[in-house]
Amino acid sequence: MRVLKLIFKNAFRHKLRTLLTVLGIAIAVTAFGLLRTVYTAWHAGLDMAAPDRLISRHSVSFIFPLPYAYLDKIQRVPGVEMVTYANWFQGVYIDKNQFFARLAVDAKTYFEVYREFLLPPDQYEAFKKERNACVVGETIARQYGFKLGDVVNITGDIYPGDWQFVVRGIYQRRDETVDGTQMVFHWEYLNERMRTDAPGRDGDVGWYIVKIADPNRSAEVSSQVDALFANSRAETKTETERAFQQSFIAATGTIVTAMNFLSFVIIGIIMLVLGNTMIMSARERTREYAVLKTLGFSGGHLVGLIGGESLLISIAGAGVGVLLTFPLVEVFAAALPKGFFPVFTIEPITLTLAVLSAITVGVTASIFPIQRALGTRIVDGLRHVG
Amino acid sequence: MSLIQVRNVAKVYKRDTFEVPVLNNLSLDIPEGEFVALMGPSGSGKTTLLNLIAGIDRPTKGNVVVKGTDISTLSESALAQWRSDNIGFIFQFYNLIPVLTAFENVELPLLLTKLSRAERKKRVEFALAVVGLGDRMYHYPKQLSGGQEQRVAIARAIVTDPLIIVADEPTGDLDRTSAEEVLTLMARLNSEFKKTIVMVTHDPHAAQRAHVQRHLEKGDLV
Repeated sequence: MRVLKLIFKNAFRHKLRTLLTVLGIAIAVTAFGLLRTVYTAWHAGLDMAAPDRLISRHSVSFIFPLPYAYLDKIQRVPGVEMVTYANWFQGVYIDKNQFFARLAVDAKTYFEVYREFLLPPDQYEAFKKERNACVVGETIARQYGFKLGDVVNITGDIYPGDWQFVVRGIYQRRDETVDGTQMVFHWEYLNERMRTDAPGRDGDVGWYIVKIADPNRSAEVSSQVDALFANSRAETKTETERAFQQSFIAATGTIVTAMNFLSFVIIGIIMLVLGNTMIMSARERTREYAVLKTLGFSGGHLVGLIGGESLLISIAGAGVGVLLTFPLVEVFAAALPKGFFPVFTIEPITLTLAVLSAITVGVTASIFPIQRALGTRIVDGLRHVG
Repeated sequence: MSLIQVRNVAKVYKRDTFEVPVLNNLSLDIPEGEFVALMGPSGSGKTTLLNLIAGIDRPTKGNVVVKGTDISTLSESALAQWRSDNIGFIFQFYNLIPVLTAFENVELPLLLTKLSRAERKKRVEFALAVVGLGDRMYHYPKQLSGGQEQRVAIARAIVTDPLIIVADEPTGDLDRTSAEEVLTLMARLNSEFKKTIVMVTHDPHAAQRAHVQRHLEKGDLV
């Protein structure tokens, strides 16, 4: 108990220095937490990706459409359980800062394939029956105050014109990793308008989502789908949903990698900050450690004293840092365009990593001072003027 | 048989590529209950000899036997335990831990024992009472005078009831009055509590309090 008290008293011997070190660690942990949260938000799509879903898109680029006529052919491929499709609609709601995914989908099958979107049966029926109905995710419903029966006005950009949708459903997320920011409406509604307003742009879908019976056969089914349309005017590229999401992330890969790298650079910075403090403290106490050794305290005791102090400071910093991370992430999320990240929450793994890093830093930062304290002969330590 | 037997001890320090001999085949016997003053000019080897007797340094050659134990052959951990059990230290600059109270400083050596908290408290209070600081138990070193700090250090040295007390210039940093108090206290520890004391000092007046004065010069007893 007395040794713990000594660790505590040693840690706060130079209150300002310790306070600044704790703050330094806290700021670094907070920055680490924020960067990791952005990093995980970027990868959230990968976590959401289902192993039994394939995405079939135009082989040249995602932005080129595929003929609606492919639907029947894909459905007949052995191993395919169900096929649905979607179109990226985009548009502007209020202004360009209000960002959330707006998709034209097959109303009859979309929610059958995306089982993680939980839609009450009555709302599902209401959605299917009405041509200009839409379903919104619980997150954007909360953000914009959407209620059933509300009319949502969207100004089209990719598909010009004024568009009105009636909210007939609000889907809940199966869990925290599921995107709650989608707005989906009938593809037929879009297709009809295109037929009249922009002939030639009708009959196209953005991509197909293929639900397969056996995820282990994804490569085989993908090849079969692509083989169907080989040498056609719109060849397909079929891949798992995860691979599809990864191709998006790859486009911003350098930034994301830099962010990930930076988060670990921060750990290095913490280590230097704490290491510096511990080295200064240990040097100042060289004589005290020699006195303790003289009194019979063993190397193990010194390891406990120095390591304990280093850990105490690092854990205090981590604690403050973790507490600061929550409001900072909130502020950051509020500063982003709404819905920029479908899922923007602090993952438990981020907090665990932050705390584990701080503990590792605490242990590592004490190695040199411990070595020095143990390696100094008592007679030299007693002569030390610090 | 003497309590402390120093036999043909030599000590050589290595400084870079140079070897500096400090003690030359020195032998010394100190009987139990003795109060010995080691005197000599700077660099004569008196502190080195004290360190060897106290087990905080090892001879290059020869043996130091204390109450039948050849401490020159003990491992580091065994030597640490031996020091804890047998030696009380008094330093010139007191060497108290500044963030601990007088009570906590005196209690430090007892943390290595299996004594209960209550037993430790009893012993610390007794040791502080012996040095006349029973009313300063909860003062921090910076709240005490130099003489008081040295008395706390003496209390820390005696709290484990050691066989031997070693003191390195215990009055070297004190004014005359405080030095006198400390020397009186040490003499009392020797006469009343039968402690064997080995004291290094430059001060002839301090050395007069000892029963025996041994002089060193250039690593030899003269």
